[in-house]
Amino acid sequence: MTAGRAVRRVDVLVVGAGPAGLAAAARLAAAGAGRVEVLDREAQPGGVPRHCAHGGFGTWVHPLTGPGYARLLTRGATRAGAVVRSGVTVLDWVGTRTLATVSPQGPETIDAGAVVLATGSRERPRAARLVPGTRPAGVYTTGELQQAVHLFGHSIGTRAVVVGAQDVSYAAADTVRAAGADVVALVTEHPRAGTARARAQWARLRHGVPLLTDTTVAELLGHGRLSGVRVRHRDGRTATLPCDTVVFTGDFVPDNELARRAGIKLATGPHTSRPGVFASGGVLHPGQRARAATRDGAQAAGAVLEWLADGE
Amino acid sequence: MTVTAEGALPERVYDVTVVGAGVVGCAVARELARRPGLRLAVVEAQDDVGQGTSKANTAILHTGFDATPDSLEARLVREGSRRLAAYAAESGIPVERVGALLVAWDEDQLAALPRLAEKSERNDCPDIRLLGADELYAREPHLGPGALGALHVPGESIICPWTTTLAYATQAVRAGVDLHLNTRVHGVSRSADGHRLTTSRGTLHTRHLVNAAGLHADTLDRALGHDDFTVTPRRGQLIVHDKLARSLVRHILLPVPTALGKGVLIAPTVHGNVLLGPTAEDLHDKRATGSTAEGIALLREKGGRILPALLDEEVTAVYAGLRAATEHEDYRITAHPEQAYVTVGGIRSTGLTASMAIAAHVAALLADTGLDLGPTREPDPVSMPNLGEAFPRPCRRLELIAADPEYGTLVCHCERVSRGEIRDALASTIPPRTLDGLRRRTRARAGRCQGFYCGAAVRQLFEEART
Repeated sequence: MTAGRAVRRVDVLVVGAGPAGLAAAARLAAAGAGRVEVLDREAQPGGVPRHCAHGGFGTWVHPLTGPGYARLLTRGATRAGAVVRSGVTVLDWVGTRTLATVSPQGPETIDAGAVVLATGSRERPRAARLVPGTRPAGVYTTGELQQAVHLFGHSIGTRAVVVGAQDVSYAAADTVRAAGADVVALVTEHPRAGTARARAQWARLRHGVPLLTDTTVAELLGHGRLSGVRVRHRDGRTATLPCDTVVFTGDFVPDNELARRAGIKLATGPHTSRPGVFASGGVLHPGQRARAATRDGAQAAGAVLEWLADGE
Repeated sequence: MTVTAEGALPERVYDVTVVGAGVVGCAVARELARRPGLRLAVVEAQDDVGQGTSKANTAILHTGFDATPDSLEARLVREGSRRLAAYAAESGIPVERVGALLVAWDEDQLAALPRLAEKSERNDCPDIRLLGADELYAREPHLGPGALGALHVPGESIICPWTTTLAYATQAVRAGVDLHLNTRVHGVSRSADGHRLTTSRGTLHTRHLVNAAGLHADTLDRALGHDDFTVTPRRGQLIVHDKLARSLVRHILLPVPTALGKGVLIAPTVHGNVLLGPTAEDLHDKRATGSTAEGIALLREKGGRILPALLDEEVTAVYAGLRAATEHEDYRITAHPEQAYVTVGGIRSTGLTASMAIAAHVAALLADTGLDLGPTREPDPVSMPNLGEAFPRPCRRLELIAADPEYGTLVCHCERVSRGEIRDALASTIPPRTLDGLRRRTRARAGRCQGFYCGAAVRQLFEEART
């Protein structure tokens, strides 16, 4: 374990190098907060935008894809003087603002003047949605789908049903098509699509993708590989959609394990129930857009600076 | 070391062939592998060991306190429990002796507890004790309101069922047993040497035959001319809750069996989750391993009464297993000396616990059918990768990471599985042939995100190793 090992001290430790964490670190480093270190357990920094190959990031005059945005934010934090370390996992708390980490270099304990939890959010997978049926291969979330297709070039099947009709669901449908598969349908329990009307119509008219509203997924079918999903309309009618892939999109939940392990209560703003521990981005607002997370991160930096100035 | 999954089966004549690589079949193979003079095979219809009933149980190492006294099951569970506990300690199979509480929720159940205490005495399980409501709530503060008392069975333990089956199989294969996967037995007939098995991969000859075919044991038994039992699959659906729920429960919370049947249990798992289940549905379809909306709703209704806060936690997985129930109360383990054949049928949910004792019993029966077991040589011990949270995982082991940084490179974040562990599993004696097989060996993708973060990266490692 880490007993007997030296504890390293930093001024600010940011957990999570997504948009919120990187933006917070950039502002903190630029404001002279001292040693600002950002840890990310993934091999590359950037968070979810890393695998959003589509546009819509950046600004109107300077549009970017997700990976471009991830690189921009990482550069921003590094140039401001923050240290961004990927491939480092925070395992647990060993003190009020002291964390045990592990990386290929081994375990390390880091004590920080302030901690920012920017651990993001994830989509609820199939099991957490309590969707009955068998447990075949071919069941995705958007996050896994995008990484499989855009980071690794995996094939994902031939016919996919997309569960959800929000922006993220349409992005998932685009990824399915980019992987050379057909989108059988989008399925939503709501009476209409939860995205801009133009986007929903474009999918329906340009790509011929039907949108099944007021409809839930009642069962997954198939042994080994998915063979279809049974859907149920609000009026009780059911139908089976033959497919070999299903993507569960949206329904974001916070990835708040670190906060909960220490019994730290999160609010809607950057302050938490533990002095000197802050939170920012998707962990507070699951599924928020990258740009909003970036703003959130910069705002959290303000709270951290105040704490560093008059805390302890 | 021979593990095959395709191509024709070898033409050699085996001394003993075990049909079925579940926990019982693998235990029998391991037991027989202690006899170096024997040429042994295990044939399995699926692409991995432990793919049937063995992979979807409640993961409890029972004491046998509530078995029917003097039954074969009672004896083998009692003996198997001791054997497996020792084997687990030696082989690195995670076990936690958390103890069980049989919680009484009404006067009838409370009245049944002394009788159960008496029964457990007869089953040679002495340390049990009746608890009043106060002591019960002190032990389990998150228990729902209305519990009247409990029976404490300190010996009941939780275990990793996948590691157990894999440890048996690994040890057997290393000791020379041929494991033939993807080999479905279609028929059996007599030959000059004994039995001729017709399989999906051709013919296999064996002198002695052990039927450990689980759900399909009755079919194989009938093919050999016996009409001794019928397997009626009994589906058990189970819900695995997030690791953040683990602090809600300290013991295995068992229902008190009454005339109205068994209720559901809540148990911690060695992997650090909380299990709720099982349902008990008698079915006819031996492939009906799906969960149902009704089953999930029933479990959540019952679970919510036992441990209300559990329902607030995220669900990590839902699965369903089929138990090999028969019309008989007891196991159906029968030797047919004239056929050089042993049936191991009707092994119910206690089979994991009893597996090593069943295996020793079967070996003795085989000797009765005329098999010369020959000399004994204990096989090399196995050291299984630890999947249990009560023991240090590789990412916490300084010396391991210093020697090999791959153990400090985490791929599956929810379960903290390193690239080193995945690499080791892919290069192991019985490597996984699917991502599910990799999950059971390492826990990669078994966590709360179910692959949102790591699914693609894990698949990449799997596919790189397979090409």
